[in-house]
Amino acid sequence: MSEATPVPDAKPWNDPSAVPFLQINNVTKKFGSFTAVNNVSLDVYKGEIFCLLGGSGCGKSTLLRMLSGFEDLSSGQIIIDGQDQAGIAPYDRPTNMMFQSYALFPHMSVEKNIAYGLKRDGLPKAEIATRVTEMLSLVQMDDFATRKPHQLSGGQRQRVALARSLVKKPKLLMLDEPLGALDKKLREETQFELINIQESLGVTFVVVTHDQEEAMTLSSRIGVMTAGQIVQVGTPREIYEFPQNRFVADFIGSVNIFEGRITEDGEDHVMVRSPDAGGDIYVPHGISGVIGQKVAVAVRPEKVQISKGDLGDLRNKLSGTIDEIAYLGNSSVYQVRLDSGKMLRVSQSNQARSEESALTYKDRVNLGWAGSAGIVVTS
Amino acid sequence: MKRKSRFLMIVGILGFVFLYAPILSLVIFSFNESRLVTVWGGFSTKWYGELFRDPQILDAAWVSLRIALASATLSVVIGTVASFVLIRFRRFRSKTLLSMMITAPLVMPEVIIGLSLLLMFVAMENVIGWPGGRGLLTIIIAHSTFGAAYSAVIIQSRLVDMDLSIEEAALDLGARPVRVFFDVTLPVIAPALMSGWLLAFTLSLDDLVVASFVSGPGASTLPMVIFSKVRLGVSPDVNALATIIIGLVSLGIIVAALQINRSKRMSRR
Repeated sequence: MSEATPVPDAKPWNDPSAVPFLQINNVTKKFGSFTAVNNVSLDVYKGEIFCLLGGSGCGKSTLLRMLSGFEDLSSGQIIIDGQDQAGIAPYDRPTNMMFQSYALFPHMSVEKNIAYGLKRDGLPKAEIATRVTEMLSLVQMDDFATRKPHQLSGGQRQRVALARSLVKKPKLLMLDEPLGALDKKLREETQFELINIQESLGVTFVVVTHDQEEAMTLSSRIGVMTAGQIVQVGTPREIYEFPQNRFVADFIGSVNIFEGRITEDGEDHVMVRSPDAGGDIYVPHGISGVIGQKVAVAVRPEKVQISKGDLGDLRNKLSGTIDEIAYLGNSSVYQVRLDSGKMLRVSQSNQARSEESALTYKDRVNLGWAGSAGIVVTS
Repeated sequence: MKRKSRFLMIVGILGFVFLYAPILSLVIFSFNESRLVTVWGGFSTKWYGELFRDPQILDAAWVSLRIALASATLSVVIGTVASFVLIRFRRFRSKTLLSMMITAPLVMPEVIIGLSLLLMFVAMENVIGWPGGRGLLTIIIAHSTFGAAYSAVIIQSRLVDMDLSIEEAALDLGARPVRVFFDVTLPVIAPALMSGWLLAFTLSLDDLVVASFVSGPGASTLPMVIFSKVRLGVSPDVNALATIIIGLVSLGIIVAALQINRSKRMSRR
């Protein structure tokens, strides 16, 4: 493992004595015979931005709606800040939610939208006014206080929705696809703004998203969901570099999978014989496998070297013919047909500026990756 | 292509002439000087003056107005409740049946509505003694039956379009359900309530058939009075009255249409 071990105090989930702020214990939600959320357990710590990542219909939104009280639990328990939330109505929970559609009140001005939650709490007028002003400047919407939602752009509405959900200073803020409706550039800006706001207020965020890039940039930890279950929880780096299974490896980023069987189980490595690769693949940190066990080796496209010339000293070497090239500006993606017939995806960043690519269609190329680049995932 | 569009234009114009020529001639003849309805005798507004000195017409107008106000309001209340049941409750048995039944008065012949209501009112008076006799109240109830059907259709379409997460957002921000209804739901569907009310109002004002069945002594609506006058021969002051009614009704329809348009635009953005 090339990564340094995490510092315990910055990462409460590694500290066994830390008390989770949000505890989801064996929560199941059934709609008729369909199980939307299946026995999910999860701990989220104070000050985290936790992302639930998964495709549509994986149950992430249902889980969020159970946290905010819009759906009842079929079984299980949700504890927020030590308090069991069973039987507590949405309007009495210490949580607020930013809706995917933003759900701004169309007949109220920006100001009144933000003030609504505070008014329901019966706060004095003067305090409401100061807090609304504070929030407006936090999301940089001071000049739009008297506008109606339909007079705002998508990005502006998103800020108002955020301000409205933050103004009550909830213990837990839930964001449902917060940046879904924004274009790429605005999304990138807003991601960093969200992180800044979260850090300055210290509110715990639970974010639901299907966009892995969004999850990667925002979150302290990610929970990958599929078919109502959480399949892996970890930091973005852990999820990307050390996926526990094939689904996660495949879902986050793109990946090349080599099917094979273990032929050698060494002290510090295993050898996997893969007909796909046309030979043995060396994977350093061992898995506790037996000889002959069926496994898959996952290699990220950007970790594969590609060259017409010699690649030097790499543990795993293959060769093939370039079949397709996709030029993406900052990088190029090559589809290479290996001698075994398998297609391999390789991406290389375009470091030098040139009009012609050094590699073109039908070129014979050498491919290779360092021993540590591959990871064994159970199939 | 060019010939086709000219053909379409001619057909369109003919269609509008077919629809509006009678109404236009009525409006023009309301300004006729002559007592003979079909002979033009010069421009004059004297029949309008005559109209406002006729106590029978003024009384009937006042009756019609009160009935329309009351039944439109009642219609919107019933229509709103029915729409909520049909749109918001999860599927329940006989939901389809109920939704068909609420819209049935739209296609039911007025004669049948009138007759059945009359029979029911008579039976109710015999059994429970209410409503005592026929008059204003029975017309209001009768008009509410089809008024509610029309406004339910309008309010339902608005409720279907409404984003439920707006209400959830209000709940999430600490508002109790009743509060949410008055703070969020009602303002959002207000344009539909408004146009439903206007439609029920104009329908009630226009109705002759149903009112004739369920009306009693001393409760003659404006259409009933006009009809009885016309039976004795068309007099020019009826033209004047009709012109005023057309003006009011078109105004109501235009306002309702604008409301619907405006709210659609708002919800789409």
